Amino acid sequence: MAEKNLNIMSVKNLSKVFKSGVIRPKYTAAVQDVSFDIKAGTIISLIGESGSGKTTIGKLILKLIKPSSGNIYYREKDIEEINNKDELKKYYKKVQGIFQDPFATFNPLYRVDRIFDMIYDSFGYDKKNKEERIYQVLQDVNLVPERTLGKFPHQLSGGQLQRLLIARALLMDVDVLIADELISMLDASTRIGVLNLLVELTKKNGMSIIFITHDLNLGYYISDESLIMYKGRLVESGDTKKIYENPIHPYTKMLFNSVPEIGYRWDPEEEFMPEQVIKDVEEFYKENAGKGFAMEEENHYVLYSID
Amino acid sequence: MSEVILEINNLKAYYKILKGDVKAVDDISFVIKKGEILGLAGESGCGKSTLANTLISRIPPLQYISGEAKLLGKDIMKMSKEEFQKMRLRNISIIPQYALDAFSQTKKIRTFIADLASEHGIKADEEFFEKVKERLDFVNLDHSVLDRYPMELSGGMKQRVIMVISTILDPEFVIADEITSALDVSSQRFVATLLGKLRDEEIIGSVLFITHDLSILYQIADRIMIMYGGHFVEIGLTDEIIGNPLHPYTKALIASLPQVGIQYKDKKLSGIKGTPPSLLNIGEGCRFRFRCPYAAEICEETPQREKINDGHYIACWRWKEIGSDRNG
Repeated sequence: MAEKNLNIMSVKNLSKVFKSGVIRPKYTAAVQDVSFDIKAGTIISLIGESGSGKTTIGKLILKLIKPSSGNIYYREKDIEEINNKDELKKYYKKVQGIFQDPFATFNPLYRVDRIFDMIYDSFGYDKKNKEERIYQVLQDVNLVPERTLGKFPHQLSGGQLQRLLIARALLMDVDVLIADELISMLDASTRIGVLNLLVELTKKNGMSIIFITHDLNLGYYISDESLIMYKGRLVESGDTKKIYENPIHPYTKMLFNSVPEIGYRWDPEEEFMPEQVIKDVEEFYKENAGKGFAMEEENHYVLYSID
Repeated sequence: MSEVILEINNLKAYYKILKGDVKAVDDISFVIKKGEILGLAGESGCGKSTLANTLISRIPPLQYISGEAKLLGKDIMKMSKEEFQKMRLRNISIIPQYALDAFSQTKKIRTFIADLASEHGIKADEEFFEKVKERLDFVNLDHSVLDRYPMELSGGMKQRVIMVISTILDPEFVIADEITSALDVSSQRFVATLLGKLRDEEIIGSVLFITHDLSILYQIADRIMIMYGGHFVEIGLTDEIIGNPLHPYTKALIASLPQVGIQYKDKKLSGIKGTPPSLLNIGEGCRFRFRCPYAAEICEETPQREKINDGHYIACWRWKEIGSDRNG
């Protein structure tokens, strides 16, 4: 169980530039100067559209790619310094990622019991409690162990597989779970159960979750804090309710304006152009020149300019 | 009473496989009126895309079993391939799911459009491209996209190109299959609104808008139809379906949607326990009964379509008893 109010993870001035092409290489800044903290036992949403850099941040934290500059600290230790195999394994025991497509994650040739056996063994836990632990984590995610363990991944539904992914993370007793578009593939009636489960896990196990999504409604439903990403930059961050009730950055405003909501219809008179936001953002930065990333109100920050 | 564009009566279409029949479209009836946008919603595997495929191209193992699908009075199930092909793009057109992947990466958009046109027997001449350009203006795309490669365009831009092609001959009836699902929220709004605008300006006639996302349908559909496990569940005016759903499945589906303004902390939403049934050789009975809190003995029989009011129909034995109980 992680300690309350501890910054379990800190991201400081993180940047990632991708190079493409050999002769005349093109450089794309996928992540630019992003900083944030994650407190133990909380859920933070990383919200953005395609190309915003949200998935890149997840990959950087999981050490799947290297940052171009900046640092990521896990329990105050720079993860850059985690290099040898043993330390890396220890890190992955505590920081895990689960991704969008549950069908691609599990080996289709192994039954669930074998998959869980292997995970348990590979992380070198006490063999005596193995069966008990595996039963426990399956029950924690509302799966019936007897009906799950003997099955192959393809015999389980999408929702069951995603629960299984979470169970796998629980088996390793993780501190930080990175859930990248975790439930995008699920139907409305099943995904809410997975969302509820995530919240309950943070409460019960003190786990922290980075919930990467493009869906504002889902982000609002489960997260304590939100990070809004636009073109690799963090443009607004802080308390979820504050951002949703009082969005300041033009990109955030546009997002809220375009999300389909039941009970509120889009204004048919409004000339809505997704491209317009590019100009709006430029204007906004010009108007607020010199302000940089600053506080709007307590626990609500906005990128006012990029000078 | 306004003109009916599409009339579906007791349509059945199954996937015929070695193990038997997958009953994905099982006894579906509805009409689409002129100028109407009918939203079709349901979860994966409910048969909504199969319904679209049944109307457009029955590729084996998908087979037409029985029933009618009358487009402009003519039953397209009884038509020869050639006869139907003549109606494609002109009378009926589909904006397919995964169309974004249909582009050839090595062809410029102009070539891609020309190839598609000639496949449908349209001459891709100067005049044709004048019309294409007109429509590109309509969807707010620069004419220069014609000379670009697919990889240079964003998902939203590609979807708009697809929409231009599918509607170029002003079809009376358009099937839009999950056209917003792969897009960013901002493009979703643009594309969905665009479809409504095409209808408002009478460039296209009626639309069957298929999606899993009820909140998009709330924005643009005139009526909504819900399917579950290959069966018809409920159809009605958008505000009636969303505001006062009567079928236990529709109720549960709407109740499980997170909305801005609802946080777990304040109000915990609940989903529907269990999973949809396998449709392989499925027998009689309401297909939602396995997950339905109101299931009773009578639900072992397949519920008949019942009229509530003009345009609002339901298939549930117990909807009257259940009434407006919101906990369904």
